Amino acid sequence: MTTKYAETEQRQAAVKHVGRPVDRVDGRAKTTGEARYAAEHRYPGMAHAALVHATVARGRIEAVDTEAARAVPGVIEVLTHENAPAMKPAPKSSLMNPSSLASGTTVNYLATDEVHWNGQPVAVVVAETPETATHAASLVRVAYRELPAVVDFAAEEPNAVQQKGNVLQPAAGDKGDAVAALAAAPVSVDLRFTTPPEHHNAIEPHATIAVWDGDHLTVHESTQTIAWLRAHLALRFGIPERAIRVLSPYVGGGFGGKGPIWAGTLLTVLAARETARPVRLALTREGVYRTVGGRTPTVQRVALGADNDGDLTALIHTSVTMKGRIGGMPEGVVSPSRHLYDAATIHLRQRLVQLDLLANTAMRAPGDSVGSFALESAMDELACELGIDPIELRMRNEPARNPMDGKRFTHRMLREAYEVGAERFGWRERDPRPGSMRDGRWLVGMGVATAYHPSLMLPADVTVRLAADGGVVVRCGLQEIGVGVATVQAQIAADELGVPLEVVRVEIGDSELPTGPGAGGSVQTASAAAGVLEACRKLKESALALARRAPDSPLRGRRLDDLEARDGGLYHGGRGETYAAILARAGRDHLEAGGRTGMLKFLAKTLNERRRWVKAASGAHFCEVRVDRDTGEVRVSRWLGMFDVGRVINAKTAAAQLRGGIVMGIGMALSEATQVDPRTGRIMNPGLSEYHVPAHADIPRIDVRWLDVPDPTMPLGLLGIGEVGITGVAAAVANAVRHATGKRVLDL
Amino acid sequence: MRVNGAAESLDIEPWVSLLDALRDRLGVTGPKKGCDQGACGACTVLADGVRINACLALAVQYDGKEITTIEGLASGDDLHPLQAAFIRHDGLQCGYCTPGQICSAVAMLAEHRAGMPSAVMERPGELSEAEIRERMSGNLCRCGAYNGIVDAIKDVAGQEVR
Repeated sequence: MTTKYAETEQRQAAVKHVGRPVDRVDGRAKTTGEARYAAEHRYPGMAHAALVHATVARGRIEAVDTEAARAVPGVIEVLTHENAPAMKPAPKSSLMNPSSLASGTTVNYLATDEVHWNGQPVAVVVAETPETATHAASLVRVAYRELPAVVDFAAEEPNAVQQKGNVLQPAAGDKGDAVAALAAAPVSVDLRFTTPPEHHNAIEPHATIAVWDGDHLTVHESTQTIAWLRAHLALRFGIPERAIRVLSPYVGGGFGGKGPIWAGTLLTVLAARETARPVRLALTREGVYRTVGGRTPTVQRVALGADNDGDLTALIHTSVTMKGRIGGMPEGVVSPSRHLYDAATIHLRQRLVQLDLLANTAMRAPGDSVGSFALESAMDELACELGIDPIELRMRNEPARNPMDGKRFTHRMLREAYEVGAERFGWRERDPRPGSMRDGRWLVGMGVATAYHPSLMLPADVTVRLAADGGVVVRCGLQEIGVGVATVQAQIAADELGVPLEVVRVEIGDSELPTGPGAGGSVQTASAAAGVLEACRKLKESALALARRAPDSPLRGRRLDDLEARDGGLYHGGRGETYAAILARAGRDHLEAGGRTGMLKFLAKTLNERRRWVKAASGAHFCEVRVDRDTGEVRVSRWLGMFDVGRVINAKTAAAQLRGGIVMGIGMALSEATQVDPRTGRIMNPGLSEYHVPAHADIPRIDVRWLDVPDPTMPLGLLGIGEVGITGVAAAVANAVRHATGKRVLDL
Repeated sequence: MRVNGAAESLDIEPWVSLLDALRDRLGVTGPKKGCDQGACGACTVLADGVRINACLALAVQYDGKEITTIEGLASGDDLHPLQAAFIRHDGLQCGYCTPGQICSAVAMLAEHRAGMPSAVMERPGELSEAEIRERMSGNLCRCGAYNGIVDAIKDVAGQEVR
């Protein structure tokens, strides 16, 4: 490990762009309106689709009356289960075929008269204009035979069954006898928490344009997974992947919602084939709520036992989540309790109910965001019981190795994060007595909580091309959902090749490019970086090989490891030459190299690593709230996030990601909830006017810092940062409210 | 109707919103559709210099009016100061709310200059961060780039004062 650190330091000596707060390469396109999102492309003859949603939670369609809709001038087609040709069914989920995991639901839309959730699309209207399609959709009359449906999570929660785990995601765990240890503990807390369902609410609603040209299909889509979408469409429409092109250069936010493939995408492709027209479906905001799954609600119990000094003797964390009967994912809610505290005994269980609701799906830090709320709130309550400072309690229980299995951490700096953060935030000024700090009518409270998110990588294919004129093109089918993915890969390539940032262009968002990882699980930057590093190294080797052939090259006899890439070429001390000179002498107009990770090799490496190490991004949140003494209104007034996220590639976009997570966490803590009618299973607030995401006025200045120490096992030492920011946030707010008011927030 | 300085003549149904007319009929896709119900502000454009939610406006109501969208703010290659400040301060991530944020900020600064009050105003003429946040709260950013947006606006407001 020491040698790896040394390598990283050497590399840092040559760093020119990595770590700097570089402006986004697409900043101009995004601030001038040039950037075109999925729904903003035009094709001659393009028609527009609108969906008709089921109004019962479960049942059979008895009759569909499309006559009035068809009579509207401008209506081209109305597709229902009575006339639509069936797509091929959704594939069975298999780890060997990752694109199979991309099915939002298992329903074969318009191939069945069965209704599985309130809001399922049961008809598609295609018309000459969007207004006509929307109006005609409102005229489609559907009669249902209702069947009994189970839609009330709160009522079903007691009937939950144990989740099934797998190698990557265990659903249970035990260390010692935590139940007995809890009963014997001199100090304990035992709390029940609930969190509501939530929706991603990316400001760009999902949209698809599908264009068939014979058996060739072009799809403009707002997606986080270009490669999986292409593979999935190939399966569902029975055409080879090479006949499909997916274009998605700009995505107006995702947060997990644009990972799976949902009804709208499939039905647009189907409608385009059936009408022989290019078809666009831009979902309404309500349409997103009806057809795109969100975050599961949870019920959690966290019970902690400690001795009088605050050493944890028992940690019990159990959860209940939901999935749809027609799909969804069991969430790893208790995951934080596997990694955060060195408790003598641990008992973990995740249970599940299946409901007749739309499938749930990943939303920013699935599991960890909600699980950390319960665990970190309970730790705070235990600190109150013990009369110990909550940071001190955490430090007392900070593990040297992973608590469940004794594996090593590749890297863990929570002590430093709390130490540096407490100083910066002014934690010492906190009077621990509840309600003791006031500012006029406001009760002031300060809370902390730990952020923690496991770090993963996925395979990524990348090519890098260096032209004789000095231009560099990095190509990878990445998804720009707001993280600045092209910007950071350009920085990495510029440093690796020793060229100015301005000459590097990064091509993303197209399935014709080498296959990139999906934008999910905080994997994209590290996964692509590994490919860029490999491709750049190969490119330099090729350049060196060309140079060494020439008798007069100053690089003759040199090895790549002895050389420095700088000033557009390779140098040993003051001697070397530019790539342009090397290419010109060899009569070549470009060099190209690829970095590629095969799936099997990748899986072997991942499993091997997981046997040895636990790897995660982490941090310490410091929150100050003001609570109105009369109304109870909570305002977040100050925030510090002190993170350990390995090496930061771009100080500007990294801060944005971490802040963005905190903003969404503040929404989770204070205002966000998808309300499901417990009688009908229908979402009652499907819009941004009734589902309150944080607005400008809700968000104070958020101070975000990082320790900037590279992780020794990751490319360039970086850890993914898309999700760690939101973990622990809701707990930090709740803990600050507890401090301000003496009241423990148990239900979000 | 004039859109970004160019005369546009449209023969459209009375129910077509200004936003759909711009995006779908004229191909001016800078104004974004996020909610279609005036809740998110992504569709903000300037009508005779005043910020409006184009999704809540019918195109026919704006017959003869001057509409400015994000595409109309830069002069040639020179970005509007707010566009440049949004890039500099990273007041954006995915970019989808950005055109609305910038158009809204342009009009907000004009409203402030004209002395229009806000719910949190303490002293006329002063543009505190709290003022900016209050006056910009009709524009949602789900990526959470709010700090950068406020910094960008403060930066430009400061330049105006100087």
